[in-house]
Amino acid sequence: MTGARGTGPDRWLIRGVTVAGYSGREGGTADILLSGGSIVAVESGLNHSGARLLDADGLIALPGLVDLHTHLREPGREDAETVETGTAAAALGGYTAVHAMANTDPVADTAGVVEQVWRLGRAAGHCDVQPVGAVTAGLAGVRLAELGTMADSAARVRVFSDDGRCVADPLLMRRALEYVKAFDGVIAQHAQEPRLTEGAQLNEGEMSASLGLAGWPAVAEEAIIARDCLLAAHVGSALHICHVSTAGSAEIIRWAKSKGWPVTAEVTPHHLLLTDELAAGYDPVFKVNPPLRTSADVVELRRALADGTIDCVATDHAPHPVEAKETEWSEAAFGMTGLETALRVVQEAMVDTGLLDWAGIADRMSIRPARIGRLAGHGTPLEAGAPANLTLYDPASPPAAVVPAGASKSRNTPFAGLELPGRVVATFLRGTPTVLDGKLA
Amino acid sequence: MKRHLISAADLSRADALLILDTAEELAQLADRPIKKLPTLRGRTVVNLFYEDSTRTRISFEAAAKRLSADVINFSAKGSSVAKGESLKDTALTLEAMGADAVVIRHPASGAAHRLAGWVRGSVLNAGDGTHEHPTQALLDAFTIRRRLMGGRRQGGSRGGQGGRGGLGGTVFPQNRVGPGGSPPRGNTALDGIRVTIVGDVLHSRVARSNVLLLSTLGAEVTLAAPPTLLPLAVGSWPCAVSYDLDSELPKSDVVMMLRVQQERMSAAYFPSVREYSRRYGLDGARMARLPDHAIVMHPGPMNRGVEIAAEVADSSRSTIVEQVANGVTTRMAVLYLLLGGTEFPAVTQ
Repeated sequence: MTGARGTGPDRWLIRGVTVAGYSGREGGTADILLSGGSIVAVESGLNHSGARLLDADGLIALPGLVDLHTHLREPGREDAETVETGTAAAALGGYTAVHAMANTDPVADTAGVVEQVWRLGRAAGHCDVQPVGAVTAGLAGVRLAELGTMADSAARVRVFSDDGRCVADPLLMRRALEYVKAFDGVIAQHAQEPRLTEGAQLNEGEMSASLGLAGWPAVAEEAIIARDCLLAAHVGSALHICHVSTAGSAEIIRWAKSKGWPVTAEVTPHHLLLTDELAAGYDPVFKVNPPLRTSADVVELRRALADGTIDCVATDHAPHPVEAKETEWSEAAFGMTGLETALRVVQEAMVDTGLLDWAGIADRMSIRPARIGRLAGHGTPLEAGAPANLTLYDPASPPAAVVPAGASKSRNTPFAGLELPGRVVATFLRGTPTVLDGKLA
Repeated sequence: MKRHLISAADLSRADALLILDTAEELAQLADRPIKKLPTLRGRTVVNLFYEDSTRTRISFEAAAKRLSADVINFSAKGSSVAKGESLKDTALTLEAMGADAVVIRHPASGAAHRLAGWVRGSVLNAGDGTHEHPTQALLDAFTIRRRLMGGRRQGGSRGGQGGRGGLGGTVFPQNRVGPGGSPPRGNTALDGIRVTIVGDVLHSRVARSNVLLLSTLGAEVTLAAPPTLLPLAVGSWPCAVSYDLDSELPKSDVVMMLRVQQERMSAAYFPSVREYSRRYGLDGARMARLPDHAIVMHPGPMNRGVEIAAEVADSSRSTIVEQVANGVTTRMAVLYLLLGGTEFPAVTQ
């Protein structure tokens, strides 16, 4: 589909770009020379002979974004998304790598399925696809999936998650945490105590009370996080908390980290910007798991991301077909798309509020998620010798309303019509542009 | 008034009073030999019922027919809905058939709200999940007003009497007007009336709508329930909360009992039906603690012997049968006002 895929990397000179975290001369701008899939040089006044020139005046260069939490829906729900369309959306959002969640049909709980997803990602070529393996067979929460076999497969799985469901059984969670130590794995927990959330629809609070929707208490998330932090400390294994959504969760993780425990966490763009008050019109485009919370939670999540308590932003991109959302609230599917808007939302929530600078964004959206995902070749600072995975972003692009139509097959973005700043101008994957001038290359 | 009636919060005090006064005028029809008005002739009202609720459906049906509207009853059972048709597609079908108003009863909270986005006609919420049931609140307000604010009472406003202090037994005995009450003066609200709503507030659309409407009309609402059956955020509602029914009874002008579903027990909302009944059921002994003028309401259907004892349900304080009759009148008023009937009979001011 893209010409770039067949032709291999050219030489590119990106001129006059502001490199996040770069402390060179001339107000931090530099030229970046890409060749052979790597960054050859980052300095000002580079010679561009023989290289294709990209004038990046006013743009920010970030290491290619890495998403720890993407639902690509293939195999099984190709009506909602495919690896091809989902990775195209990722590239347009500035991502060079995504972790594909395991709740496909069939579930990614065997080497066969994770290798299939991995190969589909390679064929699509828009960004790297790193499959996540299921923790339990069939996501059933009864017995462990073959974690070691998935780790040893061509897909080299390191992150395991039953995302969409919580590994609620404490013994099973303990065993999973212990078991993956053998191959430097990490268990990414979807923290949701099932009994406390039976039939739950919306954050339990004033909105759920007045709307008559079954409440989803914050404690259902926080209780599991507290338990799992203790388990991770007990067995000395890596725990990652998916989509942290409450102030209390952030506080527990801050405490666990203060003990030096091996705990990391992510927050979604939508939990950094939106609140449960949006449910007032019963539009299920705002229905998501975990649910949108209160403005007090949003404030604390931003603060936790800024101070590093929460390590990274992860989209939880969850595409659904129109009919799954054009229905009564309680009938509708949980989830929101997010790949194509993530960076703009994060600029609005974190940069324009002064909470993070662009070096901080590089850290929270590329360097740390790549480290948590044990992903080689991504999340490396933009310097000579690094793989040429990078994103060029225009933060000064005037705020424009989000249009649902994008590369994703699905349209369930909660940001539709919302004016957000910024624009992803270009994305490079190992020196090859996957996006140029805001369009698929 | 707005085009739809989805939540009691949609109604301003003036809107609510207009509905109640209109209902009062329409109630006079009930005494005429011919009970039908030509007001909505040629208009189509669809009753779209996704839950079995014969009483609410026939109440709306009678209301629409007395205004000469054409009524189509669409029951979701055994229909295209049972075959998997979405609410949106059903809405578009009704739209194509030219429904001027859709009365919807649905097990999902927010269904009426969603429907209003898909049809051009007016949407009347006849109960959506655990959200609201605004016409029930209107008929309850109408019933309270007739029973407690009607007839010979002078003055109209209780605001000057210093709130609760003025609501003693001296005011009401002369106002006891017997079953059915008598028409209150126009524009009379419920200022200062103390209403205690008892039972499963958490799952009750009747309670939500009543808290909103009755407080809009100036009543002082108290919810009495075990903590498990109250929303966690009930503190933000315009009402008081008590866990102790007995302490509320002597200061209540109205006690409204909510139906308790026995399956709540399995979800640990309360230990047993008997314990619930002991602590929150209205029996003869509890009824005796009420002021003489106080009335007992229930939206039906009742669980006799659970939330309400037979001797209470059948007592002269009980308005349960009146509520049914008033339901038709109140729904007529809502249909009339939403559909903007042009031939409203001249009624003397």
